[in-house]
Amino acid sequence: MADILKRNKALSVNPLKASQPIGGSLATLGFNRSIPMLHGSQGCTAFAKVFFVRHFREPIPLQSTAMDQGSSVMGADENVREGIRTIAEKSRPALITILTTGLAETQGADVHRNVREFREAHPEFADIAVVGVNTPDFTGSVETGYAATLTEIISALVPNAKDAGTYPGKRKRQVNVLANYTLTPGDIEALRDIFEQFQLRPVFIPDISDSLDGCLTDEDFSPVTIGGTPLSEMATLGDALATVVIGPSLIKAAEVLEERTGVPTYKLDHLYGLKANDALISALAKISGHDVPERIERQRSQLQDAMLDTHFMLGQLRIAIAADADLLNAFVDLVQEMGAEVVAAVTSCNVPLLARIPVATIKIGDLEDMELIGKANKVQLVIGNSHAVDTAQRLGTPILRAGFPLYDIIGGYQKTWIGYRGTRQTLFDLANLVINHSHEEIPVYRSVYAQKPASELTDYPLSCH
Amino acid sequence: MKYGTTLAMTKIKPRQTKQSGISHMKSTKDIAELLDEPACEHNKKEKSGCAKPKPGASAGGCAFDGAQIALLPIADVAHIVHGPIACAGSSWDNRGTRSSGADLYRIGMTTDLTEQDIIMGRAEKRLFHAIKQAIDTYSPPAVFIYNTCVPALIGDDINAICKSAQERWGVPVVPIDCAGFYGTKNLGNRIAGDAMVNHVIGTRDPDPLPLVETQNFASLPANIKVHDVNLVGEYNIAGEFWHVLPLLDELGLRVLCTLSGDARFREVQTMHKAEVNMMVCSKAMVNVARKLQQKYGTPWFEGSFYGITDTSQALTDFAKALNDDDLTERTEALILREEARVRKELEPWKVRLKGKRVLLFTGGVKSWSVISALQDLGMVVVATGTKKSTEEDKARIRELMGEDTVMIDDGSPRALLKIVHDYKADILIAGGRNMYTALKAKVPFLDINQEREFGYEGYQGMLELVRQLALTIESPVWEAVRAPAPWRFAETQSMASLPSSGVANG
Repeated sequence: MADILKRNKALSVNPLKASQPIGGSLATLGFNRSIPMLHGSQGCTAFAKVFFVRHFREPIPLQSTAMDQGSSVMGADENVREGIRTIAEKSRPALITILTTGLAETQGADVHRNVREFREAHPEFADIAVVGVNTPDFTGSVETGYAATLTEIISALVPNAKDAGTYPGKRKRQVNVLANYTLTPGDIEALRDIFEQFQLRPVFIPDISDSLDGCLTDEDFSPVTIGGTPLSEMATLGDALATVVIGPSLIKAAEVLEERTGVPTYKLDHLYGLKANDALISALAKISGHDVPERIERQRSQLQDAMLDTHFMLGQLRIAIAADADLLNAFVDLVQEMGAEVVAAVTSCNVPLLARIPVATIKIGDLEDMELIGKANKVQLVIGNSHAVDTAQRLGTPILRAGFPLYDIIGGYQKTWIGYRGTRQTLFDLANLVINHSHEEIPVYRSVYAQKPASELTDYPLSCH
Repeated sequence: MKYGTTLAMTKIKPRQTKQSGISHMKSTKDIAELLDEPACEHNKKEKSGCAKPKPGASAGGCAFDGAQIALLPIADVAHIVHGPIACAGSSWDNRGTRSSGADLYRIGMTTDLTEQDIIMGRAEKRLFHAIKQAIDTYSPPAVFIYNTCVPALIGDDINAICKSAQERWGVPVVPIDCAGFYGTKNLGNRIAGDAMVNHVIGTRDPDPLPLVETQNFASLPANIKVHDVNLVGEYNIAGEFWHVLPLLDELGLRVLCTLSGDARFREVQTMHKAEVNMMVCSKAMVNVARKLQQKYGTPWFEGSFYGITDTSQALTDFAKALNDDDLTERTEALILREEARVRKELEPWKVRLKGKRVLLFTGGVKSWSVISALQDLGMVVVATGTKKSTEEDKARIRELMGEDTVMIDDGSPRALLKIVHDYKADILIAGGRNMYTALKAKVPFLDINQEREFGYEGYQGMLELVRQLALTIESPVWEAVRAPAPWRFAETQSMASLPSSGVANG
């Protein structure tokens, strides 16, 4: 439905986009005892690391093939093999992903061949899963890098039903959940709770709620992830009752999984808002054969009450959203459900989903684009990442921080957005931003004929209130 | 792509200006020259320049990272990162350094190269138009172009693009050729410094001295001789240099430029006219000080504004280098006054911090300059990091801490934590990247590197430092996170509260 406006300027000003290797790293970090290695120069990894550390406020395992002048020109095959070997020897992880960067791809790297060569040369590390993924930063975004990496991991680690002897429903309570990058650790925890209320056992692929949730462990330090989906679970996916995939970006990964295992797939775009969660709860009732628990019914009516309370602030509110496609789609549905208008929708790159997002136009661009479109359309509230805080300030609007990265608030990474409860809180947050932002009052007017005391005639700045 | 058609109308041909036969990437020879830094003590040992990174076991940034960090604080320049998204996308808008006015440096700019740009060779064209767009939108006094890996590899000639853009639009466009794979962050700092020396410094003379109306600046004395100075490697983190600047004003030291905290392009241009340069607390841009001495004969000295002792020393060194008796006299008086003032204010804090044990892990000069600051407070430094320190730095550390002091070369999280435990440190003071190492191990932490949000420079900065130290060391959260969970606590409690152990402990 949406008209997609492509990038039409040379300079990207205040970028919205984060790179594919960032997305690939995030997907990897949701597996237990894993470590991503970016195939590029050291900076590729250092920047990604700082990006994650600032967002999650956690130590982040991330390595580099450290390409230098020589290997950039003469070939970096040895860097990849040596990098894998070094990590394997030092940390003995369960999973290493090799994520390419713009540098490696431009040079013409073939990490898949490098992985094969490593396998042949080092049978002693056969127990360590090594997965190569093409994630150059000159195409795609966090979303596509995350999806590509998950697809490759599933392709590499989920066995064919025929070979492995798995069949759907062998494990009567297990449901596979393919979780996209929009789900925070807080979201996944909440989702697990919902599944368990239906007597189901969800297996999240990946599970950042176990590895990036800010948990203090007995171990002082670990060079690989602590927590996350254990790789041993990958062999059980074929025995599940069903697979629930959250986010259109993961459709390809879901297809690969279904092709391998024959487990039926339930597709959900997102879990923001009343309708989306109704779809989830209906699906779970169907999969489990259980009635909807009373507690969930109650949460649903709480959300309905909150929708009544907040519609005074959110109805007709002119909102600008800057986010990757899956998240943009989720927020559009959420705010439209409340009667708000999306007057500026900006995303980082073109994906098939954009065409069916129900807004007039979507701009593929940066935060400057959001600023200009927002200004032209008299935006009243911005939804975007921490980079958009200054944009919102220039637009004179409040901002709801969402997406990647969130570095200027504490705990943004674990906020629960999904479910009836998460949605309710999001609505409260949006409404509070509106009522606490009083800059749209009628401006003060002073008559030149007024008999005011002289002390009021000075040029001091007016107070906001 | 739409922009292709709009660009075509302007008919630019940047490639025409390219000099034939010139390599577009920095050559191995260029890099070797930058690595050979005679003013850096590392040169004298086998560890010349910096160690080659090891694949699979490396930490730290790249040359682009270093160059960008070194120059980004120049606040009114348009800083454009030429490359695909990862370089700027993951790093822009890193706050820390502050500006007193201009804020263009806070606007992130990148050419965000696409696959098509790279395959079709359109990256140079995109850059050329990106420069135009930046100039049209923001009217900056200058544009800096940071080269990155991909354009370096595909052979973009950023020097030629910058030159022709500058000719075409009449705004200085400075190439910073700092592809990540050239080397480490430290090399990037030097590339940045080199670019300033080669393209910016010496392109404008300083403004005439303003008439200071002393009645408006009661603290400024009248009729003193004003000297022009520079500070190199001062980044004004969290505005901390504003603790020091009023003192320099009072002494009649006009700071032509701080490279690069709160700097403006027009200030950098005048750096050649200073009478003396101070290298602040960092060897990173020592090549700038050395080259300014070579080219313009400006003497330089090294110093730090961290701690009372070092701040006083730096002020004394200015007076000494400028060889002005009146200045020396006034500097001595100022030091006496300031030291007395701040020592009085520190008294109540010293009681609280006295005897606390610190593990200090920071690189280079900071390893000794911060030691003196902590010793000023009566704290005990149990060990210090020396990974980036020179032999001279280490000698100063021994002088301050005694011969048998523990020096740490291995900065891995595990090694640091072991020393924290072995030496019973009360706090780890290190760079931001070690923060979560410490917190995960339930160890109090103070951030000392550039990402921090508080300013510690000068006499006044010491008061902020003690406040932050006390805040974390005295926090009740440590006890809360170290104690076992309540249901487990019951077991240990019943054992500890046995009458016999109570007597034994007493």
